[in-house]
Amino acid sequence: MGTHTMGMPKKKSGIMDWLTTVDHKKIGILYIMSGLFFLLVGGVEALMIRFQLIKPMNDFVSGELFNQLITMHGTTMIFLAAMPMLIGYMNAAVPLQIGARDVAFPFLNALGFWLFFFGGVLLNLSWFFGAAPNAGWTAYAPLSTVPESLGVDFYALGLQISGFGTLMGGINFLVTILNMRAPGMKLMRMPLFTWTAFVASALIVFAFPPLTVGLFLLTFERLFGAHFFDPAAGGNIVIWEHLFWIFGHPEVYILILPAFGIFSEIIPTFARKRLFGYTTMVFATMLIGFLGFMVWVHHMFTVGLGPVANAIFAVATMAIAVPTGVKIFNWLFTLWGGKLTFPVAMLYSVAFIPSFLVGGMTGVMLSVAPADYQYHDSYFVVAHFHYVIVGGVVFGLFAGLYYWFPLMFGKQLNEFWGKIQFWLFFIGFHLTFFPQHILGLTGMPRRVFTYLPNQGWETMNLLSSIGAGFMGVSTIVLVVSIVAALMSKEYVKRDVWGDGRTLEWTLPVPTPEYNFAQTPLVKGLDTYWLEKMAGNKTVSVSEEVGDIHMPNNTILPFVMSVGLFLAGLGFILRLDYGTVGLVVALIGLATTLVAMFLRSWIDDEGYYIPKSVIEEDLRLEAEKEAK
Amino acid sequence: MGHHSVPNNPITGIPDHVEKATLEGKNKYVAFWFFLGGETTLFASLFGTYIGLHNSGAKEGLRSYDIFEMGLVFIMTMLLLTSSLTSVLAMMAMKRNDVKKMKMWLIITLALGLAFLAGEIYEFNHYYHIGHTFTSSAFGSAFYTLVGFHGAHVLFGLLWITTLLVRNWNRGITVVNAPKFYVSSLYWHFIDVVWVFIFSVVYLMGMVK
Repeated sequence: MGTHTMGMPKKKSGIMDWLTTVDHKKIGILYIMSGLFFLLVGGVEALMIRFQLIKPMNDFVSGELFNQLITMHGTTMIFLAAMPMLIGYMNAAVPLQIGARDVAFPFLNALGFWLFFFGGVLLNLSWFFGAAPNAGWTAYAPLSTVPESLGVDFYALGLQISGFGTLMGGINFLVTILNMRAPGMKLMRMPLFTWTAFVASALIVFAFPPLTVGLFLLTFERLFGAHFFDPAAGGNIVIWEHLFWIFGHPEVYILILPAFGIFSEIIPTFARKRLFGYTTMVFATMLIGFLGFMVWVHHMFTVGLGPVANAIFAVATMAIAVPTGVKIFNWLFTLWGGKLTFPVAMLYSVAFIPSFLVGGMTGVMLSVAPADYQYHDSYFVVAHFHYVIVGGVVFGLFAGLYYWFPLMFGKQLNEFWGKIQFWLFFIGFHLTFFPQHILGLTGMPRRVFTYLPNQGWETMNLLSSIGAGFMGVSTIVLVVSIVAALMSKEYVKRDVWGDGRTLEWTLPVPTPEYNFAQTPLVKGLDTYWLEKMAGNKTVSVSEEVGDIHMPNNTILPFVMSVGLFLAGLGFILRLDYGTVGLVVALIGLATTLVAMFLRSWIDDEGYYIPKSVIEEDLRLEAEKEAK
Repeated sequence: MGHHSVPNNPITGIPDHVEKATLEGKNKYVAFWFFLGGETTLFASLFGTYIGLHNSGAKEGLRSYDIFEMGLVFIMTMLLLTSSLTSVLAMMAMKRNDVKKMKMWLIITLALGLAFLAGEIYEFNHYYHIGHTFTSSAFGSAFYTLVGFHGAHVLFGLLWITTLLVRNWNRGITVVNAPKFYVSSLYWHFIDVVWVFIFSVVYLMGMVK
């Protein structure tokens, strides 16, 4: 590519290209790189937490700083690391897996990214004002409505802005998957990652608005003197808990379902077998998504909503174990009898199964409402959700990174260092979180910044902190490995794993900006594999070579997001700086509205890549293949 | 993606279902329904909050049944319901490729929406002066948040439809602008439906002592 810039209007280069891109492949890279950055930030916060708890009565950080660290660790990891990285993989893989040239709304895609990014920046800016949020990632009132600290304002507005971006991404992927599939790509032929992306996107669309409302209520309470959570004026703090968890529980599935999808791509590839029980996998995914909306009260068993509510939500929670169990068995049966190889992506996938299973089992324990009165707010809960989020989601993120890195960058992560990274992380993970089960069962409450000696907690806390060190070293190895891969000049071949089953592996390296020179014709599940088995080198096509329509780059998504960022910052500073803050807020809002108006007013019909350019690309690729 | 060309209907001179004649149009159409799904849970959350805090913390004389002016609210309801009808008439004109009628009905829709908004501003101002404010009680906060969110949606709809109308004033009806008009009218219906719930849950139920 690159050489054919003739007749391509509004092309940018260098940094401007990244700021104005509407190409899903580049937006995917932006998401993943930003997500990795925030993963490091959240990781440093985690290490500080574990360093503080390494011994009793430690004074490495103050109680106030500790509260800020746990709040920002949770918020950063969920909203700014895990979710963006998963949306990054959706961008990188989904359009390619369904044989599309882009997502349904390239502009909205860019806007979604920049909103997430500036929301994250706003949230983290709180550190520089010495006022990071300190009310826990759940921001329960009345902890979150204490007026003295600005921190929760950054939380409410940062997450609000980033949440708008996520919502846009959700709608975009729903429409992309429904409307943009290549001929023959029936719903029940879609790769499982695409299916999980679809269900997770639906969860985003229905779960994020309650968070939006919750954050608005919190913002109004803090900035404009409303009384939703103020019992003295008739308010009720439980409303926040409901809204937060009506969002918060589906959020868990927004994270884990795409991770399930990643494993469901990797395991068949390296077992060289069709995914066992594909149909049940699809229905299990939908069922988990559906039930995910009916269990939020299990986070609130100890609030006192009564035995009937607790019983209903306990049973619904236990029911989720059934479709999840179906999935676990399907992965095992896919492995069974397969011709297995174990590159790093596969190591993470196989390690995920028992690790996640432990988290699932403690989940069933926690779902028993009377027992939950004992576990609630103890380290047992911390151990449980880290087993599902790290053992499930983060393993999935790493597996996906090793698996799709060649697709995104045309280069491969070093497998030797990858295996070291894997073992350090795997051992570190279990060493950190397994002892926390015991800490919880022996009574250590969560969210305490220190503890007294001689309560039987020293050894387990020490082990846990050592484990965190392992994960820290592992992450450094990963970062070095990524930098080394990006700087290397060694490009991989097409279908780098040799046994790619789905459409993304049929594409040349690097993927052309138009993805498919000719839209493929899909003949079944794992269509590339089917074609290989039929002796074909690549997949059938459904159209002649022709001009390809492309959207223009645009700076407007960036400008809109900067505007909302300024608006958020202005509203927060209004309390301390009065009119100056208000002026900044109004300038920000005006910027966004003007950018929206321009988007509506200016006709942007994109451009065409002429047929001749596509033919030349095809010819060069054929030459490369022949070598 | 591909070049989907739906033939023009010989009578109207534009494709049937002009709002969905291109892939872009279909995408907008589907996306907007999903967006409205999300908006539904947004308003459901606001309704839940309102029901939970109805009359909570409100002083004697400032409860919902003391303050609501049903006459004005009834007129506002009729204005908004009628505007939904006129927006349907605009879309029917659009499908007949009758630009003049479409513009006329959209302008009437805008006028009705504006009148509704004026009524709401008058109503809020009135409540404010008798002491029912955003900060007077949890009830006040919940009332203004729910009804205000709806009002903000109406305002956004007015700005949106106005922009569309001005921008496309001399352009006729095309496969590019028809989906835009169409989804804006879906949006307008949606805020009308939300108002029906506000009328029932906030005002009618609010009159019960």
